Amino acid sequence: MPTLAKTGNEAMAEAMRQINPDVVAAYPITPATEIVMIFSQFVADGLVDTEYVAVESEHSAMSACVGAAAAGCRVMTGTSSQGLQLMSEILPIASALRLPIVMCDVNRALSGPINIHCDHSDTMAVRDFGWLQIFSENAQEAYDNVLQMMRISENKEIQLPGMVTTDGFIISHCMERVETIDDAAAKQYVGAYQPLKSVLDLDNPITLGSLDLQDYYFEHKMPIVEAMQKAKNVILEVGRDFGQKFGREYGLVETYKLDDAEIAMVALGSTCGTARVIIDELRAQGVKVGLLKIRVFRPFPAEAIVAALKNVQAAAIMDRSDMYSDQGGQVFCEIRSALYDADKKPLLANYVYGLGGREICLEDIRRICADTQANAAAGKVKQLIQHYGVRE
Amino acid sequence: MKKNMGWRELGQGDSLPAGTAAEFQTGDWRRERPIFNKENCIQCYFCWIYCPDAAIILDENKKVAGIDYRYCKGCGICDRECPTKKEKRAIIMKEEKK
Ligand code: SF4
Ligand code: SF4
Repeated sequence: MPTLAKTGNEAMAEAMRQINPDVVAAYPITPATEIVMIFSQFVADGLVDTEYVAVESEHSAMSACVGAAAAGCRVMTGTSSQGLQLMSEILPIASALRLPIVMCDVNRALSGPINIHCDHSDTMAVRDFGWLQIFSENAQEAYDNVLQMMRISENKEIQLPGMVTTDGFIISHCMERVETIDDAAAKQYVGAYQPLKSVLDLDNPITLGSLDLQDYYFEHKMPIVEAMQKAKNVILEVGRDFGQKFGREYGLVETYKLDDAEIAMVALGSTCGTARVIIDELRAQGVKVGLLKIRVFRPFPAEAIVAALKNVQAAAIMDRSDMYSDQGGQVFCEIRSALYDADKKPLLANYVYGLGGREICLEDIRRICADTQANAAAGKVKQLIQHYGVRE
Repeated sequence: MKKNMGWRELGQGDSLPAGTAAEFQTGDWRRERPIFNKENCIQCYFCWIYCPDAAIILDENKKVAGIDYRYCKGCGICDRECPTKKEKRAIIMKEEKK
């Protein structure tokens, strides 16, 4: 297994090269630009067999992806932020047509004001479109997740598009140590694509995307509901298999020092790395603190979260986006809802943080852990929702 | 196709067998009906090419032979495209009397 120094973008592009998709249609946008730029170089250098479609917008990129996938091709793309929003009209079509397109998505803020830096507003805004969503903590996970997502999406029972995300700049542009898999092993792992349908199959002609009104639209949404349910097990199987083959196992969530923890931090993406440092520091001082990392956001691993938090007294739920609903962030809402029926559940406080790339430093995590400790000691939450790190 | 199927009976996503539009008889939308006049027809096939609903009937010799009123929705495109002269029209639109 080659060990390389790679940025998150390079790591994702490398996974794409090894997957060697039939079609990539993309329009570059900061900070995901590099992924498709690097990939287009692979195309130019003849390292892949991919038909690279340079389109005039992300709306066209996703439309071309849908067309190519409907024709039975293995299809990938990459985008971020405004680009992802411009794809919005087509994203639910990809899932409704059950097209296993895999997207490398770099999380970042939405305009306005204009900003290019990390938060999760873009990805959270498209969370209800029937796409699988996996968040990565670092470049290594980004690489591993792209390979796994291909298997999960293309699974016969699932057949849903999926996005693998990294945090803009924090992961996308930082160079890290990444262990990649040999080309042959990666190719074997992903396997040859066997599409379940193709609109170009003249022997078995089908209609895709027809008008579907009051009589059948509802029925045609149900397979997505079912596929999302089934996806939880498939993601676990794929993650276990990846662990057996390459030594890095993945689940729906990951716990760090959580087993005997009295307080916990719950987060997605790169913030988990920062949290681990403070958890080690506090553990050395005898504080029973742990981390719950949510790796998969769609489908939402409610059962795993309830189980992981059942012995925790107080938890801080970290949201790098706000829903502007006066109810905190998306992660908070989902977790609060998941815990409603639980017999044993922690006190919860929500921290909306890091919007527009505002740094979340060690000191911030330390302070939030102290808050959480105080909530646990008091037996009640001092402040349910706070926008952490914003200047008053 | 069977009517009112449950979602578990359906294919994946909204993929359907091809050609199911043939089961949907669009003729009952019609306000005006094209009347075909064989003697005036010069067999240019304009109506056949332009008809958006494949409602122009060809006979066994592949000659334009009439209108399939099960599907003709009365859009009038055939009448508009038909190049025959005013006094010798091959297609005339007539109001539907219900
Ligand atoms: S009226 Fe319209 S639908 Fe009917 S035959 Fe003419 S072109 Fe076709
Ligand atoms: S367009 Fe008129 S003349 Fe031409 S084939 Fe049709 S009916 Fe005949």
